[in-house]
Amino acid sequence: MIEIEALTKDYLALTVVDHVSLTVADGEIAVVVGTSGSGKTTLLRMINRLIEPTSGSVRIDGEDTRALPAFELRRRIGYAIQGHGLFPHRTVGQNIATVPSLLGWDRARIDRRVDELLELFQLPPGEFRDRMPSELSGGQQQRVGVARALAAEPKLLLMDEPFGALDPIIRAKAQSDLLAIQKRFGTTIVLVTHDMEEAIHLGDRIAVMDKGQLLQYAPPAEIIARPATPFVAELIGTGERPFRLLSLTRVRELVEPGPAQGAPISPDATLRDAYAEMLWTGRDILPVVDATGASLGRIRRDDIAHRAERPQ
Amino acid sequence: MTTVETASPRLPLAVDKLGVLIAAVAAVAAFMPFAAFRANRIVLGEAKGIFAALPGWEATLLVLVLLAGMAIAITKVPTLWRLATSLVVVALLFVAVGQAGTYLTPPGDRIARVSPGGGFWLLVFAFALLAADAITRLKLKPWRRIAVLAAVAAFFAILLASGTLNDLSILREYFNRGETFWREAQTHLELALGSLVAATVAGIPIGILCYRSDALRAPVLNVLNAIQTIPSIALFGLLIAPLAWVAANVPGAALLGVAGVGAAPAMVALFAYSLLPVVANTVVGLQGVPPAADDAARGMGMTDWQRLVQVQFPLAFPVILTGIRIVLVQNIGLATIAALIGGGGFGVFVFQGVTQTAMDLVLLGAVPTVALAFAAAVVLDAAVELVSPREIPRD
Repeated sequence: MIEIEALTKDYLALTVVDHVSLTVADGEIAVVVGTSGSGKTTLLRMINRLIEPTSGSVRIDGEDTRALPAFELRRRIGYAIQGHGLFPHRTVGQNIATVPSLLGWDRARIDRRVDELLELFQLPPGEFRDRMPSELSGGQQQRVGVARALAAEPKLLLMDEPFGALDPIIRAKAQSDLLAIQKRFGTTIVLVTHDMEEAIHLGDRIAVMDKGQLLQYAPPAEIIARPATPFVAELIGTGERPFRLLSLTRVRELVEPGPAQGAPISPDATLRDAYAEMLWTGRDILPVVDATGASLGRIRRDDIAHRAERPQ
Repeated sequence: MTTVETASPRLPLAVDKLGVLIAAVAAVAAFMPFAAFRANRIVLGEAKGIFAALPGWEATLLVLVLLAGMAIAITKVPTLWRLATSLVVVALLFVAVGQAGTYLTPPGDRIARVSPGGGFWLLVFAFALLAADAITRLKLKPWRRIAVLAAVAAFFAILLASGTLNDLSILREYFNRGETFWREAQTHLELALGSLVAATVAGIPIGILCYRSDALRAPVLNVLNAIQTIPSIALFGLLIAPLAWVAANVPGAALLGVAGVGAAPAMVALFAYSLLPVVANTVVGLQGVPPAADDAARGMGMTDWQRLVQVQFPLAFPVILTGIRIVLVQNIGLATIAALIGGGGFGVFVFQGVTQTAMDLVLLGAVPTVALAFAAAVVLDAAVELVSPREIPRD
């Protein structure tokens, strides 16, 4: 658990982060979203003390982050950034081994961990371990960057616009990979982005920041349904609200028994995907069929539309 | 190894543009004096063309080889052939000029001098250019370039050891002062390498400090820049007074070899000149470290020292090594001037030669200096390439 309390950063007369308090529970993903200059990156960098706060405190599992030397604190916290920040003079394997080496793990344990992570990120170790970062594609570099951040099995992972430099298709893949890995390790993640779409897709909770202040910290559904300020509403986009709401729910939850015609939809698709499919193919009802080919029933347009209404 | 062919259509008589220029230079050079004969070392020379400088059949053979070399230079033959041809021609030119020395010197005459003429040097220049061009086009890997250098050095070592060149003036001068030559060679290397080591040991930490401190950077670099603008002879001279004072007034300084004249001021001057390239390249190299890599290093918990040693310095090293290369080549040349203030080195022969108007003696100092500087440049360029990250195009 991370408890951030009245965290503040002043640069001379300028307050970049202004008394921000929030708590992230274990295993949750908290996404900090805001425009550039909102203080979101400064907030993130104060958690691992890359920036020292002017006042306020950060506690991780009850322990004040100032109890340790900054470099020791950082070795316990994963850190992944935009543009991956891989060391260009070291191989993929050496890059991933950075923090375990700093922690003094023995050779065999490091090698095992490197190979395990490469497998996990769908980079066959035999092929990728000894490559240089410049020999990888952008998406592969980003995956190595996240693998490196997870190498020493941190309980907490900080990510600063980790997918910002990726094209939309690779970004969607990277996001779903991250969710899968987070589920597997139960890592607590604080992620910074300027993209509300990404925040809604990834976040268990979203923190909206503007001009150094935390405007709202709530689950995505609540942010969409009840934006705390006009700025939050603007960030979500009023025309987008019903669709963002639909993107939070899976088809699985609205399946009912009964027949339907035409191409089926997966139970793991979002209601937004299903609705788009209905509009596009001019159908009111879609059959729901899972990956094994088993029919689960059908989903109706009216039920979806009902879910897009503003919650009470 | 593959040779890269140009995309132009292969006409039966495709012509290489640089080759035409080289062949034209060689053609003109062939009519210039190949060697010069002088009755003694300081009288004016008597120019000898190829056919006057060599026995008939040797001259004919040399002319035929030159013609063949020019023909290959002009036509578009595989690059490896061009390299082989140019190296063979240069080698034969040196053998021929050695033969000219033997042929032109009257038997038993120890006073007469035969030196290579302008035509010889121009021919060597033309075909060396052809070789250099071929090496560039072949895009040889660093180790192969060093191997070519080693082969060329070995060739000259064998040529010198075989005595083929013994009747040339420059070697006559060498035989007159064999021991002095090697002593001065050692001094020359000590001056050039010693000042380089000192400048590296001092310059890299200064560069790191300048990189970290904005307040320090501009003043330090400006001072070092100003030192570079002082003419070398003036700097060597300017140091005489302060070092003489130090030798006289600081206990123990004189015992360590500090003196107003000699090697000490030379070493100090070379060191001062060397600092700017080392410091400036250290700063530029560190500034070139990708900010994301630096941030990641900090964010993952490297201490400042670990970040410097494991990330910043390795990434800056190719640029720093480029600075060291500049310093080494520059110092090998500059060390010649040390002789002016009694510092020794190959400059001793150059300045003696100038005062005695004995050009052969000047060459005895100049040729090894140029050869050393050239070899240092080739070796360090290869080293820079070896330590630089591989650039592989993506997508």
